[in-house]
Amino acid sequence: MFTPVPNPTTKPVPAKFGEQDLIRRSASSITPPAKRQTEVAKLIDVSKCIGCKACQVACLEWNNLTEDVGVNTGVYDNPHDLTENTWTLMRYTEYENAESGNLEWLIRKDGCMHCEDPGCLKACPAPGAIVQYSNGIVDFVHDKCIGCGYCIKGCPFNIPRISKADSKAYKCTLCVDRVAVGQGPACQKACPTQAIVFGTKDEMKQWADHRIKDLKSRGFKNAGLYDPPGVGGTHVMYVLQHADKPQIYASLPNNPSISPIVELWKGATKYAGLAAIGAFAAIGFLHQIVVGPNRVSREDEENAERLTEGKSP
Amino acid sequence: MSKPEIEAGDSVHPGNPVIVDRYTVAARINHWVTAISLVLLALSGLALFSPALYFLTGLFGGGQLTRIIHPWIGVVLFLSFMGLFFRFFRLNLWERTDSVWMARLRAVLAGDENKLPEVGKYNAGQKMVFWSMSLLILVLITSGIVIWDQYFGPYFTIEQKRIAVLIHSVTAIVAICVWIVHVYAAIWVRGTIGAMTRGQVTGGWAWRHHRKWLRDLVTTGKH
Repeated sequence: MFTPVPNPTTKPVPAKFGEQDLIRRSASSITPPAKRQTEVAKLIDVSKCIGCKACQVACLEWNNLTEDVGVNTGVYDNPHDLTENTWTLMRYTEYENAESGNLEWLIRKDGCMHCEDPGCLKACPAPGAIVQYSNGIVDFVHDKCIGCGYCIKGCPFNIPRISKADSKAYKCTLCVDRVAVGQGPACQKACPTQAIVFGTKDEMKQWADHRIKDLKSRGFKNAGLYDPPGVGGTHVMYVLQHADKPQIYASLPNNPSISPIVELWKGATKYAGLAAIGAFAAIGFLHQIVVGPNRVSREDEENAERLTEGKSP
Repeated sequence: MSKPEIEAGDSVHPGNPVIVDRYTVAARINHWVTAISLVLLALSGLALFSPALYFLTGLFGGGQLTRIIHPWIGVVLFLSFMGLFFRFFRLNLWERTDSVWMARLRAVLAGDENKLPEVGKYNAGQKMVFWSMSLLILVLITSGIVIWDQYFGPYFTIEQKRIAVLIHSVTAIVAICVWIVHVYAAIWVRGTIGAMTRGQVTGGWAWRHHRKWLRDLVTTGKH
């Protein structure tokens, strides 16, 4: 068993990280701190998940969220998708393993992956509405969010949701408020099988290795860790029984990266666009200086007078 | 060209100087609603386009309000521009002499209008501004609807919205550049602004820049 994060002290403790530990801030350039905090990670072992949804409940509970009563369409997923209130969601897939002839129930806890290279943050136009702490947590700052939905376009995992109530974007915070005082995320705390564990990223990788060895010994020869390099790795990782085909886990992207369209929009277009506007204005200014104004002459007026009087100009 | 190149409301008042009515009150109001909308759209759009210009959201009451108001101004601009389009498109149809005018762009930029064919109510440059704005605004409203999440969010996929936001940004940049050309030309060619403020230009202005239009007005006897 993985040693659970011990119960914390009930005495107030100062936050272990804050504003001074930001390594990225949306629509702003900042100087990152000289020393980076130890990177944290949440590891979700899909093979150990029993689909009890305790994590979903814990998430609602800790973050004081309420989900609307939904409709049963014959699947276990409830609600049917992530929402502004459901920041984590169990997605159930019935997978027929052709090799073993077994029916496998793959249950993936979906939610923000806390990418090392966050597409949401790159796309966000509002300074400071999305921040990344040096320990890897990507968080939304709601007073600064303008509800434009650019984060949704930037995200390679389709995670953020805009609230119908206040038009701001919401997603998993990795329980930044709990982690700041030395606790694990609420979902991890609630998980009865320790399918969710939390610690430093290195520890989580080691623990994943141990789990992958175990799975391989049980015949899952493609078992592996999902820590996609296309987004610089993530601070939420999965242990998958079939790491060679992540897409079978309710469309987990095979090799996620920030869309090249978003990169082009937020990269070259931004600079070239402003340069083009500046160039047009500058050309106009230069033309005015070199050629001078195009003035109507006295002769032009006289010609017009002659024309209107029926004489030949 | 047998058909006179004039629009409703155009007329000549002989005198010293000659005064020519160029735009009706309705056309001018229509123009300025479009102009103000376009400027507000450019300011609010640029605010969300580049972090360096995010401070412009202050003009609209903050980021949230900028995000809310921008698409609505877009709707106003689209409807208003439709008015301008139907008002002006007939005399903006491309003619053979317009290609000659464009081919002699060097003379145009030098202000050497004697080397150019006589121009009707609109010259080839004005026609290019007209048609490019028509096309750009059509693309802007279409791509804008795709990224107007508040009302149209569920109807489009994320990939479609990514493409739309890129097209919207690039098109808007081009539109702003065309707008700079439009405004600069109005300033460079002295005596032009009055056409859109008082609705009138002098006979000399019409003679120098739109001689065919002036001739048509005189021969059709629009006094």
